Amino acid sequence: MTVEIPVEKWPGQVREITLGATADEGGTRSHTVTVGGETTLPFLHFEGEIPHPPVVGIEIASRRPDDWSPLLLETWSDVVDDPAAWAKAAEEAGADILLLTLSLEDSVDDATSAVRQVLEACDLPLIVFGPGQADKDNELIVPVAEEGAGERLVLGVCEEKNYRTIVAAALAHDHLVNSRTPMDVNLAKQLIILIHDMGLPLEQILMDPTTGALGYGIEYGYSVMERLRLAALQGDSMTQQPMLVTPGEEAWKAKEAKVGDDVPAEWGDWGERAINWETLTATSLIQSGADLVVLRHPETVQRVQKTIDALMAEAGEPELVAA
Amino acid sequence: MALSGLEIYKLLPRTNCGDCDFPTCLAFAMKLAAKQAELADCPYVTDEAKVELEAASQPPVRLITLSSNGHKVEAGNETVLFRHEKRFFHKCGLFVRVKDTDDLEAVKNVASEVDGFTVDYVGLDLELDGMAVEAASGDPDTFAECVEAVRSATEKPLILIGSDPDVLKAGVASLTAKASGTVPLLYGATPENWESMAALAKKADVPLGVRPGGGLEELAELTEQVKGAGVQNIVLDPAARDFAGTLTRMTQMRRLALKKNFRPLGYPIITFPGEGAEGPEEEVVLASQHIAKYGGFIVLDHFSQASAYPLLVFRENVFTDPQEPIQVEPGLYEINDPTPDSPVMITTNFSITYFSVANEVESAGVPGWLIVADAEGMSVLTAWAAGEFDADRIAKSVNATGVADKIDHQKLVIPGHVAVLSGELEEELPGWDILVGPREAVDLPAFLKLGNE
Repeated sequence: MTVEIPVEKWPGQVREITLGATADEGGTRSHTVTVGGETTLPFLHFEGEIPHPPVVGIEIASRRPDDWSPLLLETWSDVVDDPAAWAKAAEEAGADILLLTLSLEDSVDDATSAVRQVLEACDLPLIVFGPGQADKDNELIVPVAEEGAGERLVLGVCEEKNYRTIVAAALAHDHLVNSRTPMDVNLAKQLIILIHDMGLPLEQILMDPTTGALGYGIEYGYSVMERLRLAALQGDSMTQQPMLVTPGEEAWKAKEAKVGDDVPAEWGDWGERAINWETLTATSLIQSGADLVVLRHPETVQRVQKTIDALMAEAGEPELVAA
Repeated sequence: MALSGLEIYKLLPRTNCGDCDFPTCLAFAMKLAAKQAELADCPYVTDEAKVELEAASQPPVRLITLSSNGHKVEAGNETVLFRHEKRFFHKCGLFVRVKDTDDLEAVKNVASEVDGFTVDYVGLDLELDGMAVEAASGDPDTFAECVEAVRSATEKPLILIGSDPDVLKAGVASLTAKASGTVPLLYGATPENWESMAALAKKADVPLGVRPGGGLEELAELTEQVKGAGVQNIVLDPAARDFAGTLTRMTQMRRLALKKNFRPLGYPIITFPGEGAEGPEEEVVLASQHIAKYGGFIVLDHFSQASAYPLLVFRENVFTDPQEPIQVEPGLYEINDPTPDSPVMITTNFSITYFSVANEVESAGVPGWLIVADAEGMSVLTAWAAGEFDADRIAKSVNATGVADKIDHQKLVIPGHVAVLSGELEEELPGWDILVGPREAVDLPAFLKLGNE
């Protein structure tokens, strides 16, 4: 019997975007990282090209993040007090890129010095996010953009409220931004348009559609990303940005990951549950189109990278199982 | 996939003879499409057209039901590739496998653990669906004994796995002898054994899993053979095990069923993530892929609470109807018997948000009043961004609940994510102090305990 496999002819393609800059390109990174370029849905190798595997980032902080789960603080141990040491440890843990989150308590000097230390301590391309409050983000990210001039950083958090300032800083010093919108296809597209209208090339805009953790709204993030990716492949230019999401931050907010005491016995072993929570949040978002996921626990990084390898490995006929 | 009136019309004789009591073939076709007429009313329709029309009236993925003792697992009847297009309808069944070469006591223990595992998620009791028993020994008596041991520990549906029809027969017999109405899944028919497997499945009237030696062509041939032997209820093995292979195959199978209405592959899919993964940590990840991407019955090789809980939650999330956010009733909720001096908190009516907050207050052991505002079923941040959880809406909710009459203070705790509303709220709610609570529910107990000191 002949079976004709349905293959979609997608007219669109996700844009290729490169993070970081080497010495030749005006930066100090040992290598750059490129994401995007897909001409089909995630990992459907029989249908199109997936030139770059999704990339795994590790989040570090400019100062000890006391609101993080004790499990994370114990795992990273002493390095959480020292951004440079933490950056090195994260690089050794296998990160492809780093996300440095600045703190509400940081002064401008604290922020620029943390960025400088991290750039000196590791070779990876770097994302720098402010603490996530528009005014404070503006205050810190503008000088950070200057400090990191030439490095092709990703600057954030770049939202509807403050995108003008962040994008201006990216324009002035040739950086990228993350265009973050709250889990909505139209809002995601609209902010890309607004940012692009300011003159920032599309090759410097990552789309950050936001996500929820497993059990806390992941299905919204998952479906919004599937819809954005379908729109991109169908040729809607302003949705063709590679997608960046932060499943680490989201998953570790969930009680299931964050705490070990006073929880139902049927939740099982805390450590294993927490890693599963972060891993499943990340891998299911990768399946729905994420090009770049930022995680927090080194064990999750290993598991997610192994999953990506397994999904990228098979480019031909599926492996057969003898009957 | 249902045909349109015009598509049906093309299959009719198009003679407008009127013997069906409709004036034209087109009118008859329209009535057929609306299911207001029977094809049998046309005496001249060809056998070919009959087959095509009957096939078209079948769901693209056949519904398969396993049952026993009042428990039921259904897979199939799916109509879309992406959940946002409509929804995924039947939650895939999650099973845990034991082998008849394992120690019987150990088998019973696993079965009891799986059977007893219930975990609360947003007010729902999540459970695994049953057990799979594999005939690894090759001996009918040993297999029957193992099936009975599992059955003694759980009444949930079973999947019986083996390649020797005589051995499986012993398992089926031991099951069906005990309880009528027990429908296990038999797995599986291969190109070598399909005739006797199909005979066994037909006689016992149970669904049959089929497992080809090669690709989708072989699988389609095998299902047609099994169907030809009188077995209607079929479950498909994609015959790939790894991440990329199962994703590819299962996507192709779902597309063929939905977009091409390809009957030989219009059945639910069974997967064995443990066979494609290195160890239990990876099995969970692969199982979650199969939940999202078209698995119907998923057979796990490991059970642990810390893996089963996230998998069950993920299944719940993926199979939620995207058109209907899960909501709770807006209003005033009393937690831990609050008194007039207990704190008053407000949140939105998105059920995950409500349960996160309510569970934290409850487990903190602090009595409190929780106002649930009608925010169109959105979470705090989303509702705020959408203008469904602004100062005006919050003030109206506070006033509507009449909470002021039940308390002797005027303090309202708002979620940290909407701290910016404080000033506006103090204007909207004159006399009230607005306190900014934590951003995340998980930090509520510490916040509330601090307030008590």
